[in-house]
Amino acid sequence: MPIMEHKFKRPKSLKDADTHYCSGCGHGILHRLVTQAIDELGIRKRTIGVAPVGCAVVAYNYWDFDCAEAAHGRALAVATGMKRLRPDLVVFTYQGDGDLASIGLCETIHTANRGESLTCIFVNNACYGMTGGQMAPTTVIGQKTTTTPWGRDPKKGDGWPLKVSELLLNLEGVCLAVRCSLSSPKEILKTYQYIKKAFTNQTEGRGFSIVEVLSPCPVIWQKEPVEAMRWVEEHMRKFFPLGAMKDI
Amino acid sequence: MGPKTKAKSKMPDKILMTGNEAMGEAAIQAGCRFYAGYPITPQNELTAYMARRLNQEGGVFIQAESELAAINMVFGASCVGSRAMTSSSSPGMSLKQEGISYLAGCELPAVIINVMRGGPGLGNIASSQADYFQATRGGGHGDYFTPVLAPFSVEEAVHLTMLAFDLADYYRTPVLVLADAIIGQMMEAMSLPSKSGFKKKILPKNWTLGRTQKRSSSIVRSLFLKEGALEEHNERLRKKWERIRRAEQRSALYRTEGAKYIIISYGSQARIATVAVDILRNQNVKAGLFRPITLWPYPERSLVGIADKIDMVFVVEQSLGQMVEDVRLSLPGKKISFLGRAGGGVPTAKEIVRFVKSKIARKR
Repeated sequence: MPIMEHKFKRPKSLKDADTHYCSGCGHGILHRLVTQAIDELGIRKRTIGVAPVGCAVVAYNYWDFDCAEAAHGRALAVATGMKRLRPDLVVFTYQGDGDLASIGLCETIHTANRGESLTCIFVNNACYGMTGGQMAPTTVIGQKTTTTPWGRDPKKGDGWPLKVSELLLNLEGVCLAVRCSLSSPKEILKTYQYIKKAFTNQTEGRGFSIVEVLSPCPVIWQKEPVEAMRWVEEHMRKFFPLGAMKDI
Repeated sequence: MGPKTKAKSKMPDKILMTGNEAMGEAAIQAGCRFYAGYPITPQNELTAYMARRLNQEGGVFIQAESELAAINMVFGASCVGSRAMTSSSSPGMSLKQEGISYLAGCELPAVIINVMRGGPGLGNIASSQADYFQATRGGGHGDYFTPVLAPFSVEEAVHLTMLAFDLADYYRTPVLVLADAIIGQMMEAMSLPSKSGFKKKILPKNWTLGRTQKRSSSIVRSLFLKEGALEEHNERLRKKWERIRRAEQRSALYRTEGAKYIIISYGSQARIATVAVDILRNQNVKAGLFRPITLWPYPERSLVGIADKIDMVFVVEQSLGQMVEDVRLSLPGKKISFLGRAGGGVPTAKEIVRFVKSKIARKR
């Protein structure tokens, strides 16, 4: 028996690849959490991931299970088609705020309302990352983006930060709506537990689960990675309170 | 998960059905086990029929929240290997174009039925053939084509719907059935064939997601960011379109023996044109009908084949002139006259006869 054992390994579901993500980006942590949960639940061989349009569009380059690409905002419709035909599979979507909360909000609400047995990982970084930092539905008040150069201002018609989890929690088909954060090790561990719960809900056929994850985007926010983590804590959490809104 | 070819419930030899219902039954017979759709007139009977029949056959029916969601649900269904279908009418088809482009880019088979109505915009719910350009030129963004099949009777709507599933699986492409309000709404007696008559061997789908046997993970994608990779993908697709263009042209002739004048029409308009041909023949005008069944690929080979002996060509459409452009491309230098009505207007047999005779008289 070796005295030292290598415990912290790369999950099988996570490929040994360099990612295209910027330094300090939350996707790296979240990919790790999702793949670790899939490994731990032993569902890798029967999992399909649906990638969004956005920074995570090529998530399948890093995930080692079956994946499909969906058109912008349509991941949950694609996932619905798969899951209805193959209830034996575990199907999840991984979507950003532009994808899920703007162009795909109709699909999001109706998939949740039908109570599709799906898992939805919703990455909220308060901006459009891939297209260079435009205002997202989740951009916080006062936040400067390329399309709100003086800061998001509801008085100018920019609207308020859209609270997706709060929007979905009243729908009968939703069994889990929770908001987590990647801003500290403690919150990361909580996020992991809820991701696992969201997959277990699916394997037990309990309904629609959404895990909203507040995630840093240092390059677009023009902040150092550590500073970006702090910005999640100090600015995003004001508008987006953490915790399970619904967990049944 | 392969398609089941035999549906459970038995059908009598001759049945009376509307075109919409008949296309639904044809899909069931062809092994379609997934349908997602959104209400729009004049194709609602098809959606309702699928709701009832897929339930009986143990398939999946979803009333989607939009045409966008419906086509993307079909995308997901196709990813896991099911024969899948959606249907709509003109305004709804505009919304489905996004999904059709992705299906083509990802090389996923699917069948899409368009029961055309008047446009542009909300238009009306009367018969129209104004979506010809959209259907035959890809329709969505990017370089692609989809095979387009245009039925002229309820029975042919059944044949072509079944054929659409075989073409889709064989070539791994979305296939359109381009019907119109008249075909969708009219009721005719017809027999239900057990096969489409497609002769080529359709291989098992070894590319689908969610296969449980030991293998490496599969990806369905249309994004190719590496330099040159998309061009390579497009080039491969081009070869596929060329193969389809060569192998899948279909058309029919009506009373073309000894014809000097030929009318070219498709869908319900071709049905009306057969009456015009009969009237003209009774009046000793040597007219015949050329009827494209595939609108893409356009049956140019057979058209060119009969054109030598033809003095004048008449194209009749329920549009302001769309298919006529393919006729001009097929028959350069030929005298081509066009008769069309749009916005729900349908050229009648009498109008066609008058038009043909006036053009012949003017030439003399």
